[in-house]
Amino acid sequence: MTAASLTHADVRTRWRWKWLLLRRTSQLAILALFLLGPWAGIWIVKGNLSSSLTLGVLPLTDPFLLLQVLASGHLPEATALVGVGIIVAFYLLVGGRVFCGWVCPVNLVTDGAAWLRDRLGLRARARPSRSTRYWLLAALLAASALTGMAVWEWVNPVSMLHRGLIFGFGFAWLVLLAVFLFDLLVTSRGWCSHVCPMGATYSLLGAASLLRVRADRRADCDDCMECFRVCPEPQVIQPALKGMEQGIGPVITGINCTNCGRCIDVCDQDVFRFGTRFHNTMEAS
Amino acid sequence: MTACGAALLGGFVTLYARGASALPAQALRPPGALDEETFLGACVRCGLCVRDCPYDTLALARLGEPVATGTPYFVARQVPCEMCEDIPCVKACPTGALDPELTDIDDARMGVAVLIDQQTCLNFLGLRCDVCYRVCPLIDEAISLELDHNKRTGMHTRFLPTVDADACTGCGKCEAACVLEVAAIKVLPTALAKGQLGSHYRLGWEEKEKAGESLIKGIIDLPDRMPNGGGVR
Repeated sequence: MTAASLTHADVRTRWRWKWLLLRRTSQLAILALFLLGPWAGIWIVKGNLSSSLTLGVLPLTDPFLLLQVLASGHLPEATALVGVGIIVAFYLLVGGRVFCGWVCPVNLVTDGAAWLRDRLGLRARARPSRSTRYWLLAALLAASALTGMAVWEWVNPVSMLHRGLIFGFGFAWLVLLAVFLFDLLVTSRGWCSHVCPMGATYSLLGAASLLRVRADRRADCDDCMECFRVCPEPQVIQPALKGMEQGIGPVITGINCTNCGRCIDVCDQDVFRFGTRFHNTMEAS
Repeated sequence: MTACGAALLGGFVTLYARGASALPAQALRPPGALDEETFLGACVRCGLCVRDCPYDTLALARLGEPVATGTPYFVARQVPCEMCEDIPCVKACPTGALDPELTDIDDARMGVAVLIDQQTCLNFLGLRCDVCYRVCPLIDEAISLELDHNKRTGMHTRFLPTVDADACTGCGKCEAACVLEVAAIKVLPTALAKGQLGSHYRLGWEEKEKAGESLIKGIIDLPDRMPNGGGVR
Protein backbone atom coordinates (compact mmCIF):
# COMPACT_ATOMS: atom_id res chain seq x y z
CA MET A 1 0.00 0.00 0.00
CA THR A 2 1.39 3.38 -0.99
CA ALA A 3 1.56 6.41 1.23
CA ALA A 4 -0.93 8.26 -0.95
CA SER A 5 -3.67 5.64 -0.64
CA LEU A 6 -3.08 5.42 3.07
CA THR A 7 -3.70 9.16 3.35
CA HIS A 8 -6.89 8.76 1.37
CA ALA A 9 -8.14 5.97 3.58
CA ASP A 10 -7.44 8.08 6.62
CA VAL A 11 -9.21 11.14 5.36
CA ARG A 12 -12.20 9.13 4.13
CA THR A 13 -13.31 8.65 7.67
CA ARG A 14 -14.70 12.18 7.33
CA TRP A 15 -18.43 12.50 6.75
CA ARG A 16 -19.22 12.63 3.02
CA TRP A 17 -22.98 12.99 2.92
CA LYS A 18 -23.90 16.50 4.05
CA TRP A 19 -25.09 18.01 0.76
CA LEU A 20 -26.55 14.76 -0.52
CA LEU A 21 -28.67 14.38 2.61
CA LEU A 22 -29.72 18.02 2.53
CA ARG A 23 -30.68 17.59 -1.10
CA ARG A 24 -32.73 14.46 -0.44
CA THR A 25 -34.39 16.26 2.47
CA SER A 26 -35.27 19.15 0.19
CA GLN A 27 -36.67 16.88 -2.53
CA LEU A 28 -38.77 14.86 -0.08
CA ALA A 29 -39.92 17.87 1.93
CA ILE A 30 -41.19 19.65 -1.18
CA LEU A 31 -42.94 16.49 -2.32
CA ALA A 32 -44.42 16.11 1.16
CA LEU A 33 -45.76 19.68 1.04
CA PHE A 34 -47.61 18.84 -2.16
CA LEU A 35 -48.88 15.52 -0.79
CA LEU A 36 -50.00 16.88 2.56
CA GLY A 37 -53.17 18.22 0.94
CA PRO A 38 -54.46 15.16 -0.90
CA TRP A 39 -53.18 12.65 1.69
CA ALA A 40 -53.81 14.41 4.99
CA GLY A 41 -56.18 17.23 4.08
CA ILE A 42 -53.66 19.90 5.11
CA TRP A 43 -53.72 22.33 2.22
CA ILE A 44 -50.49 24.32 2.31
CA VAL A 45 -49.72 23.83 -1.37
CA LYS A 46 -52.27 23.13 -4.10
CA GLY A 47 -51.55 22.03 -7.65
CA ASN A 48 -48.30 20.51 -8.86
CA LEU A 49 -44.88 21.54 -10.17
CA SER A 50 -46.43 22.74 -13.43
CA SER A 51 -48.32 25.42 -11.53
CA SER A 52 -49.19 25.71 -7.88
CA LEU A 53 -50.66 27.99 -5.26
CA THR A 54 -49.12 28.13 -1.77
CA LEU A 55 -51.17 29.28 1.22
CA GLY A 56 -53.68 30.76 -1.18
CA VAL A 57 -51.39 33.65 -2.11
CA LEU A 58 -48.11 32.52 -3.70
CA PRO A 59 -48.49 31.39 -7.33
CA LEU A 60 -45.61 29.46 -8.91
CA THR A 61 -45.48 28.35 -12.53
CA ASP A 62 -42.84 26.36 -14.38
CA PRO A 63 -40.96 28.37 -17.05
CA PHE A 64 -40.89 25.56 -19.63
CA LEU A 65 -44.64 25.03 -19.22
CA LEU A 66 -45.20 28.74 -19.75
CA LEU A 67 -42.92 28.76 -22.81
CA GLN A 68 -45.02 25.97 -24.32
CA VAL A 69 -48.24 27.86 -23.59
CA LEU A 70 -46.83 31.04 -25.13
CA ALA A 71 -45.54 29.13 -28.16
CA SER A 72 -48.97 27.60 -28.65
CA GLY A 73 -50.29 31.12 -29.11
CA HIS A 74 -52.11 31.64 -25.81
CA LEU A 75 -51.26 34.60 -23.61
CA PRO A 76 -51.82 33.34 -20.04
CA GLU A 77 -53.51 35.25 -17.24
CA ALA A 78 -51.43 37.38 -14.87
CA THR A 79 -51.35 34.64 -12.19
CA ALA A 80 -49.23 32.36 -14.36
CA LEU A 81 -46.98 35.22 -15.47
CA VAL A 82 -46.37 36.33 -11.88
CA GLY A 83 -45.75 32.68 -10.96
CA VAL A 84 -43.08 32.32 -13.62
CA GLY A 85 -41.53 35.65 -12.61
CA ILE A 86 -41.07 34.46 -9.04
CA ILE A 87 -39.59 31.14 -10.18
CA VAL A 88 -37.18 32.81 -12.60
CA ALA A 89 -36.04 35.32 -9.97
CA PHE A 90 -35.51 32.53 -7.41
CA TYR A 91 -33.46 30.31 -9.71
CA LEU A 92 -31.40 33.27 -10.94
CA LEU A 93 -30.32 33.60 -7.34
CA VAL A 94 -29.71 29.97 -6.38
CA GLY A 95 -28.71 28.49 -9.75
CA GLY A 96 -30.96 27.42 -12.62
CA ARG A 97 -30.64 23.71 -12.29
CA VAL A 98 -31.12 23.74 -8.54
CA PHE A 99 -34.64 22.79 -9.61
CA CYS A 100 -33.28 19.57 -11.13
CA GLY A 101 -31.12 18.61 -8.17
CA TRP A 102 -33.14 19.87 -5.23
CA VAL A 103 -36.79 19.83 -6.31
CA CYS A 104 -37.54 17.60 -9.30
CA PRO A 105 -38.85 14.16 -8.26
CA VAL A 106 -37.42 12.52 -11.40
CA ASN A 107 -33.96 13.15 -9.93
CA LEU A 108 -34.75 10.46 -7.34
CA VAL A 109 -35.46 8.03 -10.19
CA THR A 110 -32.40 8.89 -12.26
CA ASP A 111 -30.06 9.06 -9.24
CA GLY A 112 -31.38 5.60 -8.38
CA ALA A 113 -30.53 4.39 -11.87
CA ALA A 114 -27.07 5.98 -11.68
CA TRP A 115 -26.41 4.32 -8.33
CA LEU A 116 -27.50 0.90 -9.59
CA ARG A 117 -25.54 1.38 -12.79
CA ASP A 118 -22.44 2.11 -10.74
CA ARG A 119 -23.07 -0.94 -8.55
CA LEU A 120 -23.54 -3.24 -11.54
CA GLY A 121 -20.59 -1.70 -13.39
CA LEU A 122 -22.61 -1.21 -16.58
CA ARG A 123 -20.92 0.42 -19.58
CA ALA A 124 -22.54 3.08 -21.75
CA ARG A 125 -24.29 1.73 -24.87
CA ALA A 126 -24.88 5.08 -26.49
CA ARG A 127 -23.56 8.54 -25.93
CA PRO A 128 -26.01 11.09 -27.25
CA SER A 129 -24.70 14.64 -27.21
CA ARG A 130 -25.34 16.70 -24.12
CA SER A 131 -26.71 19.39 -26.39
CA THR A 132 -29.62 17.12 -27.42
CA ARG A 133 -31.80 18.76 -24.75
CA TYR A 134 -31.40 22.23 -26.25
CA TRP A 135 -32.30 21.05 -29.73
CA LEU A 136 -35.24 19.17 -28.29
CA LEU A 137 -36.31 22.30 -26.39
CA ALA A 138 -36.25 24.27 -29.65
CA ALA A 139 -38.02 21.50 -31.59
CA LEU A 140 -40.78 21.24 -28.98
CA LEU A 141 -41.42 24.98 -28.88
CA ALA A 142 -41.60 24.95 -32.69
CA ALA A 143 -44.01 21.99 -32.53
CA SER A 144 -46.14 23.80 -29.93
CA ALA A 145 -46.29 26.83 -32.23
CA LEU A 146 -47.25 24.68 -35.23
CA THR A 147 -49.92 22.61 -33.49
CA GLY A 148 -51.21 25.09 -30.90
CA MET A 149 -50.79 22.41 -28.22
CA ALA A 150 -48.34 22.13 -25.30
CA VAL A 151 -46.96 18.97 -26.94
CA TRP A 152 -44.33 17.94 -24.38
CA GLU A 153 -47.03 17.54 -21.75
CA TRP A 154 -48.19 14.34 -23.43
CA VAL A 155 -44.91 12.65 -22.44
CA ASN A 156 -43.13 14.89 -19.90
CA PRO A 157 -41.92 12.47 -17.17
CA VAL A 158 -41.42 15.31 -14.69
CA SER A 159 -45.05 16.45 -14.78
CA MET A 160 -46.23 12.85 -15.02
CA LEU A 161 -44.39 11.67 -11.92
CA HIS A 162 -45.34 14.67 -9.82
CA ARG A 163 -48.93 14.79 -11.05
CA GLY A 164 -49.14 11.03 -10.75
CA LEU A 165 -48.18 11.09 -7.07
CA ILE A 166 -50.70 13.84 -6.33
CA PHE A 167 -53.59 13.14 -8.71
CA GLY A 168 -53.15 9.47 -9.64
CA PHE A 169 -50.80 7.70 -12.05
CA GLY A 170 -52.79 5.70 -14.57
CA PHE A 171 -50.09 4.23 -16.78
CA ALA A 172 -47.70 7.15 -16.20
CA TRP A 173 -45.41 4.86 -14.20
CA LEU A 174 -44.51 3.21 -17.53
CA VAL A 175 -42.97 6.51 -18.66
CA LEU A 176 -40.94 6.66 -15.45
CA LEU A 177 -39.87 3.04 -15.87
CA ALA A 178 -38.70 3.91 -19.38
CA VAL A 179 -36.64 6.81 -18.02
CA PHE A 180 -35.13 4.55 -15.33
CA LEU A 181 -34.22 1.84 -17.83
CA PHE A 182 -32.84 4.40 -20.29
CA ASP A 183 -30.54 5.75 -17.59
CA LEU A 184 -29.63 2.28 -16.34
CA LEU A 185 -29.06 0.44 -19.58
CA VAL A 186 -28.53 2.94 -22.39
CA THR A 187 -26.86 6.16 -21.34
CA SER A 188 -25.31 7.10 -18.03
CA ARG A 189 -27.26 10.09 -16.64
CA GLY A 190 -29.20 9.85 -19.89
CA TRP A 191 -32.40 11.66 -19.08
CA CYS A 192 -31.43 14.57 -16.85
CA SER A 193 -28.07 15.34 -18.46
CA HIS A 194 -28.87 14.74 -22.13
CA VAL A 195 -32.57 14.77 -23.00
CA CYS A 196 -34.81 16.67 -20.57
CA PRO A 197 -35.91 19.96 -22.17
CA MET A 198 -37.37 21.15 -18.87
CA GLY A 199 -33.91 20.92 -17.29
CA ALA A 200 -32.49 22.62 -20.38
CA THR A 201 -34.76 25.59 -19.71
CA TYR A 202 -33.44 25.82 -16.16
CA SER A 203 -29.88 25.46 -17.51
CA LEU A 204 -30.40 28.62 -19.54
CA LEU A 205 -31.31 30.45 -16.33
CA GLY A 206 -28.08 29.07 -14.89
CA ALA A 207 -26.08 31.14 -17.38
CA ALA A 208 -26.55 34.15 -15.12
CA SER A 209 -27.25 32.64 -11.72
CA LEU A 210 -25.59 33.91 -8.58
CA LEU A 211 -24.91 30.86 -6.39
CA ARG A 212 -22.13 28.67 -7.81
CA VAL A 213 -19.81 25.90 -6.74
CA ARG A 214 -16.22 27.13 -6.67
CA ALA A 215 -13.00 25.13 -6.81
CA ASP A 216 -11.21 27.73 -4.70
CA ARG A 217 -8.64 25.28 -3.35
CA ARG A 218 -7.98 23.63 -6.68
CA ALA A 219 -4.24 23.79 -6.05
CA ASP A 220 -4.78 21.02 -3.46
CA CYS A 221 -6.44 18.66 -5.97
CA ASP A 222 -4.74 15.25 -5.86
CA ASP A 223 -6.44 13.92 -9.02
CA CYS A 224 -8.40 11.23 -7.21
CA MET A 225 -11.23 11.77 -9.77
CA GLU A 226 -13.97 11.27 -7.18
CA CYS A 227 -15.72 14.55 -8.14
CA PHE A 228 -15.81 13.54 -11.80
CA ARG A 229 -17.22 10.14 -10.85
CA VAL A 230 -20.13 11.48 -8.79
CA CYS A 231 -20.96 14.56 -10.90
CA PRO A 232 -24.00 14.23 -13.19
CA GLU A 233 -22.47 16.88 -15.48
CA PRO A 234 -18.71 16.26 -15.11
CA GLN A 235 -17.87 18.47 -18.07
CA VAL A 236 -18.62 21.54 -15.93
CA ILE A 237 -15.87 20.67 -13.39
CA GLN A 238 -12.99 20.41 -15.84
CA PRO A 239 -12.41 24.11 -16.66
CA ALA A 240 -12.76 25.36 -13.08
CA LEU A 241 -10.68 22.59 -11.53
CA LYS A 242 -7.98 22.16 -14.16
CA GLY A 243 -8.02 25.51 -15.98
CA MET A 244 -5.43 27.23 -13.83
CA GLU A 245 -2.80 27.14 -16.56
CA GLN A 246 -5.20 28.44 -19.22
CA GLY A 247 -6.08 31.37 -16.96
CA ILE A 248 -9.62 30.13 -16.17
CA GLY A 249 -11.01 31.19 -12.80
CA PRO A 250 -12.13 28.75 -10.08
CA VAL A 251 -15.90 29.30 -10.40
CA ILE A 252 -17.87 26.46 -12.01
CA THR A 253 -19.68 28.53 -14.59
CA GLY A 254 -21.02 25.70 -16.74
CA ILE A 255 -24.77 26.31 -17.12
CA ASN A 256 -25.60 22.63 -16.62
CA CYS A 257 -24.21 22.45 -13.05
CA THR A 258 -27.10 21.48 -10.78
CA ASN A 259 -25.49 22.87 -7.60
CA CYS A 260 -26.03 19.46 -6.05
CA GLY A 261 -22.87 19.88 -4.00
CA ARG A 262 -21.90 16.23 -4.30
CA CYS A 263 -18.37 17.26 -5.39
CA ILE A 264 -18.05 19.23 -2.13
CA ASP A 265 -19.11 16.12 -0.21
CA VAL A 266 -16.70 13.67 -1.79
CA CYS A 267 -13.56 15.79 -2.11
CA ASP A 268 -11.06 14.73 0.52
CA GLN A 269 -8.97 17.84 -0.15
CA ASP A 270 -11.88 20.25 0.42
CA VAL A 271 -11.27 21.81 -2.98
CA PHE A 272 -14.90 22.85 -3.53
CA ARG A 273 -17.29 25.13 -1.70
CA PHE A 274 -20.47 27.06 -2.43
CA GLY A 275 -19.94 30.72 -3.27
CA THR A 276 -21.01 33.36 -5.74
CA ARG A 277 -20.11 33.69 -9.39
CA PHE A 278 -18.14 36.88 -8.63
CA HIS A 279 -14.38 37.14 -8.01
CA ASN A 280 -13.75 34.51 -10.66
CA THR A 281 -10.09 35.45 -10.83
CA MET A 282 -6.83 33.60 -10.61
CA GLU A 283 -6.13 35.28 -7.26
CA ALA A 284 -9.31 33.74 -5.81
CA SER A 285 -7.79 30.29 -5.89
CA MET B 1 -26.96 14.83 -36.11
CA THR B 2 -28.02 15.79 -32.62
CA ALA B 3 -30.30 18.45 -34.06
CA CYS B 4 -31.88 15.94 -36.45
CA GLY B 5 -32.37 13.43 -33.65
CA ALA B 6 -33.97 16.04 -31.43
CA ALA B 7 -36.20 17.23 -34.27
CA LEU B 8 -37.21 13.63 -34.98
CA LEU B 9 -38.02 13.01 -31.32
CA GLY B 10 -39.98 16.28 -31.24
CA GLY B 11 -41.84 15.13 -34.35
CA PHE B 12 -42.76 11.78 -32.81
CA VAL B 13 -43.98 13.46 -29.64
CA THR B 14 -46.09 15.84 -31.72
CA LEU B 15 -47.64 13.01 -33.72
CA TYR B 16 -48.37 11.11 -30.53
CA ALA B 17 -49.84 14.22 -28.91
CA ARG B 18 -52.11 14.85 -31.90
CA GLY B 19 -53.27 11.25 -31.89
CA ALA B 20 -53.91 11.26 -28.14
CA SER B 21 -55.78 14.55 -28.02
CA ALA B 22 -59.22 13.57 -29.32
CA LEU B 23 -61.81 14.20 -26.63
CA PRO B 24 -64.39 11.41 -26.24
CA ALA B 25 -68.02 12.56 -26.35
CA GLN B 26 -68.67 11.64 -22.70
CA ALA B 27 -65.79 13.76 -21.38
CA LEU B 28 -66.81 17.35 -20.67
CA ARG B 29 -64.48 20.24 -19.95
CA PRO B 30 -64.99 22.51 -16.89
CA PRO B 31 -67.03 25.70 -17.27
CA GLY B 32 -65.35 28.44 -19.27
CA ALA B 33 -62.92 26.08 -21.02
CA LEU B 34 -61.59 27.63 -24.22
CA ASP B 35 -62.35 25.75 -27.42
CA GLU B 36 -60.62 22.37 -27.33
CA GLU B 37 -57.77 23.25 -29.68
CA THR B 38 -56.83 26.40 -27.75
CA PHE B 39 -57.43 24.67 -24.44
CA LEU B 40 -54.75 22.04 -25.18
CA GLY B 41 -52.22 24.85 -25.60
CA ALA B 42 -53.36 26.95 -22.66
CA CYS B 43 -53.89 24.32 -19.94
CA VAL B 44 -50.77 23.51 -17.87
CA ARG B 45 -52.38 20.45 -16.21
CA CYS B 46 -51.79 21.80 -12.69
CA GLY B 47 -55.12 20.60 -11.30
CA LEU B 48 -55.91 23.78 -9.38
CA CYS B 49 -59.44 23.72 -10.87
CA VAL B 50 -59.81 20.15 -9.61
CA ARG B 51 -58.74 21.20 -6.12
CA ASP B 52 -61.15 24.10 -5.91
CA CYS B 53 -64.17 22.16 -7.20
CA PRO B 54 -66.29 21.74 -4.06
CA TYR B 55 -68.18 18.73 -5.44
CA ASP B 56 -65.20 16.66 -6.65
CA THR B 57 -66.73 16.80 -10.10
CA LEU B 58 -63.46 17.42 -11.92
CA ALA B 59 -60.54 15.02 -12.31
CA LEU B 60 -57.22 15.18 -14.17
CA ALA B 61 -56.98 12.57 -16.92
CA ARG B 62 -54.50 9.84 -16.12
CA LEU B 63 -52.27 8.27 -18.74
CA GLY B 64 -54.29 5.51 -20.41
CA GLU B 65 -57.61 7.31 -20.09
CA PRO B 66 -59.02 8.52 -23.40
CA VAL B 67 -58.61 12.21 -22.53
CA ALA B 68 -55.41 14.25 -23.13
CA THR B 69 -53.12 13.33 -20.22
CA GLY B 70 -53.32 15.61 -17.21
CA THR B 71 -56.18 17.79 -18.46
CA PRO B 72 -59.32 18.35 -16.35
CA TYR B 73 -62.64 16.81 -17.34
CA PHE B 74 -65.82 15.35 -15.91
CA VAL B 75 -68.31 12.68 -16.92
CA ALA B 76 -71.83 13.99 -16.43
CA ARG B 77 -73.41 10.59 -15.76
CA GLN B 78 -70.98 10.07 -12.84
CA VAL B 79 -70.72 13.53 -11.23
CA PRO B 80 -72.31 16.49 -13.02
CA CYS B 81 -71.28 20.14 -12.65
CA GLU B 82 -73.25 21.78 -9.83
CA MET B 83 -72.93 25.21 -11.45
CA CYS B 84 -71.50 27.11 -8.44
CA GLU B 85 -72.42 30.78 -8.66
CA ASP B 86 -68.87 31.93 -7.81
CA ILE B 87 -67.33 29.47 -10.35
CA PRO B 88 -64.28 28.51 -8.20
CA CYS B 89 -62.70 26.34 -10.91
CA VAL B 90 -62.45 29.27 -13.30
CA LYS B 91 -61.06 31.51 -10.55
CA ALA B 92 -58.40 28.91 -9.73
CA CYS B 93 -57.07 28.61 -13.30
CA PRO B 94 -53.69 30.40 -13.47
CA THR B 95 -53.45 30.52 -17.26
CA GLY B 96 -56.95 31.43 -18.36
CA ALA B 97 -57.50 28.07 -20.08
CA LEU B 98 -60.77 28.42 -18.19
CA ASP B 99 -61.81 31.85 -19.38
CA PRO B 100 -62.11 34.41 -16.52
CA GLU B 101 -64.54 36.34 -18.74
CA LEU B 102 -67.12 33.77 -17.62
CA THR B 103 -68.68 35.44 -14.58
CA ASP B 104 -72.27 34.18 -14.84
CA ILE B 105 -72.39 30.39 -14.65
CA ASP B 106 -75.59 30.41 -16.73
CA ASP B 107 -73.40 31.55 -19.63
CA ALA B 108 -71.23 28.40 -19.38
CA ARG B 109 -71.35 26.12 -22.41
CA MET B 110 -69.83 22.78 -21.39
CA GLY B 111 -71.93 20.91 -23.94
CA VAL B 112 -75.56 20.54 -24.93
CA ALA B 113 -78.11 18.15 -23.45
CA VAL B 114 -79.83 16.07 -26.11
CA LEU B 115 -82.79 13.77 -25.46
CA ILE B 116 -81.12 11.19 -27.57
CA ASP B 117 -83.40 8.17 -27.15
CA GLN B 118 -87.13 8.84 -27.46
CA GLN B 119 -87.89 5.11 -27.43
CA THR B 120 -86.78 4.64 -23.81
CA CYS B 121 -87.51 8.07 -22.30
CA LEU B 122 -90.34 7.44 -19.84
CA ASN B 123 -92.04 10.72 -20.66
CA PHE B 124 -92.05 9.82 -24.34
CA LEU B 125 -93.62 6.48 -23.35
CA GLY B 126 -96.42 8.50 -21.78
CA LEU B 127 -95.38 8.38 -18.12
CA ARG B 128 -94.71 11.37 -15.87
CA CYS B 129 -91.05 10.87 -14.92
CA ASP B 130 -90.02 14.52 -15.45
CA VAL B 131 -86.77 13.98 -13.49
CA CYS B 132 -84.47 15.65 -16.04
CA TYR B 133 -86.83 18.61 -16.20
CA ARG B 134 -87.07 18.90 -12.39
CA VAL B 135 -83.30 18.79 -11.77
CA CYS B 136 -82.41 21.24 -14.51
CA PRO B 137 -80.88 24.34 -12.86
CA LEU B 138 -82.51 26.36 -15.64
CA ILE B 139 -85.90 24.65 -15.43
CA ASP B 140 -88.39 25.89 -18.05
CA GLU B 141 -85.54 27.61 -19.87
CA ALA B 142 -83.00 24.92 -20.78
CA ILE B 143 -85.48 22.05 -20.41
CA SER B 144 -89.22 22.59 -20.77
CA LEU B 145 -92.09 20.12 -21.15
CA GLU B 146 -93.88 20.31 -24.49
CA LEU B 147 -97.40 18.91 -24.56
CA ASP B 148 -98.27 16.32 -27.14
CA HIS B 149 -101.22 14.02 -27.80
CA ASN B 150 -100.64 10.42 -26.67
CA LYS B 151 -101.64 8.46 -29.77
CA ARG B 152 -101.22 5.08 -28.02
CA THR B 153 -103.97 5.67 -25.46
CA GLY B 154 -105.80 8.21 -27.56
CA MET B 155 -106.88 10.09 -24.43
CA HIS B 156 -103.77 11.29 -22.59
CA THR B 157 -101.08 13.92 -22.92
CA ARG B 158 -97.40 13.27 -23.25
CA PHE B 159 -95.05 15.78 -21.53
CA LEU B 160 -91.99 15.78 -23.72
CA PRO B 161 -88.74 17.10 -22.18
CA THR B 162 -87.41 19.56 -24.75
CA VAL B 163 -83.96 21.16 -24.59
CA ASP B 164 -83.35 24.73 -25.68
CA ALA B 165 -79.73 24.56 -26.82
CA ASP B 166 -79.42 28.34 -26.51
CA ALA B 167 -80.01 28.14 -22.75
CA CYS B 168 -78.44 24.77 -21.85
CA THR B 169 -75.07 25.06 -20.02
CA GLY B 170 -74.21 21.39 -20.42
CA CYS B 171 -73.91 20.88 -16.66
CA GLY B 172 -75.14 17.30 -17.04
CA LYS B 173 -77.51 17.21 -14.06
CA CYS B 174 -80.25 15.83 -16.35
CA GLU B 175 -78.01 13.04 -17.61
CA ALA B 176 -76.85 12.18 -14.09
CA ALA B 177 -80.45 12.10 -12.81
CA CYS B 178 -82.07 10.12 -15.66
CA VAL B 179 -83.65 7.11 -13.97
CA LEU B 180 -82.96 4.66 -16.78
CA GLU B 181 -80.14 2.10 -16.74
CA VAL B 182 -78.59 4.08 -19.55
CA ALA B 183 -79.56 7.74 -19.71
CA ALA B 184 -81.99 8.70 -22.48
CA ILE B 185 -80.82 12.31 -22.19
CA LYS B 186 -77.10 12.93 -22.65
CA VAL B 187 -74.85 15.95 -22.69
CA LEU B 188 -72.86 15.98 -25.90
CA PRO B 189 -70.02 18.26 -26.97
CA THR B 190 -71.62 21.27 -28.67
CA ALA B 191 -69.87 20.56 -31.96
CA LEU B 192 -71.41 17.08 -32.01
CA ALA B 193 -74.87 18.10 -30.86
CA LYS B 194 -75.52 21.17 -32.98
CA GLY B 195 -76.27 21.76 -36.63
CA GLN B 196 -75.42 25.03 -38.33
CA LEU B 197 -77.50 27.08 -40.74
CA GLY B 198 -75.90 28.25 -43.94
CA SER B 199 -74.36 31.65 -43.24
CA HIS B 200 -76.51 33.22 -45.99
CA TYR B 201 -79.79 31.80 -44.64
CA ARG B 202 -82.40 34.31 -43.52
CA LEU B 203 -85.56 33.31 -41.65
CA GLY B 204 -88.43 34.91 -43.54
CA TRP B 205 -90.63 35.45 -40.52
CA GLU B 206 -87.85 37.18 -38.61
CA GLU B 207 -86.98 39.41 -41.57
CA LYS B 208 -90.67 40.22 -41.95
CA GLU B 209 -90.90 41.24 -38.29
CA LYS B 210 -87.76 43.37 -38.56
CA ALA B 211 -89.05 45.13 -41.69
CA GLY B 212 -92.56 45.47 -40.26
CA GLU B 213 -93.99 44.00 -43.48
CA SER B 214 -93.33 41.30 -46.02
CA LEU B 215 -90.12 41.90 -47.96
CA ILE B 216 -91.72 40.70 -51.17
CA LYS B 217 -94.88 42.58 -52.06
CA GLY B 218 -97.73 41.18 -54.09
CA ILE B 219 -96.54 37.60 -53.71
CA ILE B 220 -98.78 35.13 -55.56
CA ASP B 221 -100.53 32.78 -53.09
CA LEU B 222 -100.42 29.28 -54.55
CA PRO B 223 -102.96 26.62 -53.45
CA ASP B 224 -101.81 24.34 -50.56
CA ARG B 225 -102.13 20.57 -51.11
CA MET B 226 -103.25 19.16 -47.73
CA PRO B 227 -101.93 15.77 -46.46
CA ASN B 228 -103.95 12.52 -46.12
CA GLY B 229 -106.23 13.21 -49.08
CA GLY B 230 -107.43 16.51 -47.59
CA GLY B 231 -107.77 17.99 -51.05
CA VAL B 232 -106.58 21.36 -52.26
CA ARG B 233 -107.19 24.52 -50.32
